Amino acid sequence: MNIRRLNALIIKEIHQITRDPSTLLLAFFFPLLLLFIFGYGVNLDNNHLKVGFINESNDPLSLNLSYAFARADSFTLTLANTRPPLEEDLENGKIRGMIDIPERLGIITLTGIFSPSIQVITDGSEPNTAGFIDRYTNGIVQTWMSQEALFLKEFIPVIIKPRYWYNQGLFSRHFLIPGSIAIIMTLIGTLLTALVIAREWERSTMESMMATPATTTELLLGKTIPYFVLGMGSVFICTFIAIYGYNIPFRGSFGALTLVSAIYLLTALGQGLLISTVAKNQFVASQMALTSAYLPAFMLSGFIFDISAMPQPIQLLTYAVPARYFVTCLQTLFLTGDIWSLLLKNIAAIALIGLLFFIAIVRRTSHRLDE
Amino acid sequence: MITLFLQRIYGLILKEIMTLLRDPKGRFVLIVPPLLQLFIFAFAATLDIKEARIAIYNQDNGIEGQEVVAYIQGSPVFTQSLPVYNQSQIAPLIETQTVLAALIIPDDFSKNIDAHQSADIQIILDGRRSNAAQIIEGYLSTTIQQYMQAYRASKGFNALSVNVINRHWYNDNLNYLWFSVPSLVCILSMLIALIITALSVARERELGTFEQLLVSPLLPYEILIGKTIPAILIGLIEGCFMWAAAIFLFQIPFYGSTLLMLITLLTFIISIIGIGLFISAISHTQQQAILGTFMFMVPAVTLSGYASPIENMPIWLQKLSWFNPLTHCLITVRGLFLKNITATHVFSHLWPLWIITLITLPLATWYFNRRMQ
Repeated sequence: MNIRRLNALIIKEIHQITRDPSTLLLAFFFPLLLLFIFGYGVNLDNNHLKVGFINESNDPLSLNLSYAFARADSFTLTLANTRPPLEEDLENGKIRGMIDIPERLGIITLTGIFSPSIQVITDGSEPNTAGFIDRYTNGIVQTWMSQEALFLKEFIPVIIKPRYWYNQGLFSRHFLIPGSIAIIMTLIGTLLTALVIAREWERSTMESMMATPATTTELLLGKTIPYFVLGMGSVFICTFIAIYGYNIPFRGSFGALTLVSAIYLLTALGQGLLISTVAKNQFVASQMALTSAYLPAFMLSGFIFDISAMPQPIQLLTYAVPARYFVTCLQTLFLTGDIWSLLLKNIAAIALIGLLFFIAIVRRTSHRLDE
Repeated sequence: MITLFLQRIYGLILKEIMTLLRDPKGRFVLIVPPLLQLFIFAFAATLDIKEARIAIYNQDNGIEGQEVVAYIQGSPVFTQSLPVYNQSQIAPLIETQTVLAALIIPDDFSKNIDAHQSADIQIILDGRRSNAAQIIEGYLSTTIQQYMQAYRASKGFNALSVNVINRHWYNDNLNYLWFSVPSLVCILSMLIALIITALSVARERELGTFEQLLVSPLLPYEILIGKTIPAILIGLIEGCFMWAAAIFLFQIPFYGSTLLMLITLLTFIISIIGIGLFISAISHTQQQAILGTFMFMVPAVTLSGYASPIENMPIWLQKLSWFNPLTHCLITVRGLFLKNITATHVFSHLWPLWIITLITLPLATWYFNRRMQ
């Protein structure tokens, strides 16, 4: 291996990067855009759900319940006296649910003979929101019952005290942004690399490269080293913005972050290289990178959709997605700290997958043109 | 004149389709990934939690504590409940994400309950998975309430109880597939239409065959028409294919009108083509076209209401999402599947798509013409 040749190849690649605006756009502008989207756009904290509300009762007990709903942070109430206008709003998607408190709620409850029913109707076409409305309404009703019972000296046995570790305020942003760094790494590591090398094949400049004294190893290294540097640079910029721009706590160490990111980036680069040797044209390379790297990183890594919620076969599939391990490491490093038992396990998994990629590449890379 | 015009365009369309379909890898990539994606992501993309592992630290020696534990272990949601015998065992379990939550029953629990005093139960949850954790908190709360009801009934307490009846319109069982599959129909057809359009011009420019097109009898606007029609066709076919898969493979109910669905798909694909052409016009190389498509697609999908509800976004971002064709398509297609929405309603969401098309298509054409000079 000739360092001088390698250097020349790296400098050539750097020139190509700086002269192509789209590469710089992807490496620097796009991560910022993604951080922005996951910081503001994707928000799983339901705070402004529009919900309809009817109270057909008049007594103090039910009025207290109305106040409880009015004070609820997550709901913006649309009040009405009858159901039809609310039902229409529900159909049109203007409200996500409606709550109907029946007549004489308080009186019936106090007599204790029947249990009156509060009806909660939700828009099932958005199941997550509907589920949230169900749970939240249930919580409000339970709290109201406890308070009324205390007032009436009734006995309510159990008070539940929840505490959320690592993310007291339950900001979904706190786990979304660390996870999005994984997505950004996947884009730079896999998509960009796959495109760049497939491009050389497509334009036949790979032929010219093969006519040079440079060995295959030098060629591949010359292509990946600049993108490795670009990727690590991106990690640091994104982490910096996450901590100072979005106030995400960072409870781990930068050393651990660098280690984990470097190993993941190498694996992602390996995947990109493998895709480009298989695809040899940019359209196919981009589709493969998208399907095998980006979309799994987005959907199957646990970054936004919880893995334990997926059906068994798909959970098994996620073990083959390197991004899954990276997302866990990132969320832990940011929100918990350096939990080495967790980190080392995940790093080993990423490294194993990376090794498999590199073995496949060594086998597939030909120094011949007639393949 | 007209026949020549039609002949030329027909020739170009044929050439475009052959270019796309001749490469076996290209064919593969047009059919297999969208199908794979539809399957895997339909099942993967769920924000619901159906099972969780929790740890239980029961410091109570009495009956009531064990009753609570029995209720929780009996719930199908808590597939594994790890017993814990020491406070210090809890932190490592949550840190390493072995469990999502830990339940702590204090040692005076049974004593308090029997003395008709209130007792606390503490729940510790992993805030790193806050959405999942909140859902689990809800389940735990409901299970403990069931225990409470049973206890009070058994002791003959006056049941100050109010029932809450939950009804879910359009989707009784809150089946996530009924939400994600119709959404994926839109997203995946958008992906294909966008990539094909964006690459169509950029690829020719990069390989040098664009010049050959320019010296042919085709006029610039004919070239544009010839390039967009195959993309529209393929996008529409993919969309219909996914729609059929949704109904027959996933058994998603479709209550709306077939005609309205076709109109919606067509309008959506055309608006996407406008954007794809614009990306294509400003790109010099395929890489730029692909990355440009990407940089449009990722924000478009994440901000469309697919991953999280639009009302959770800041107001100014909600207004911006109006310009995203996917937002409108998602609402309309979901409505057509599950709600049987009326034509008026459909068109109220389609006219923004027309506006987007009317802005992007002329812009792309103008930019295109400029480039060719």
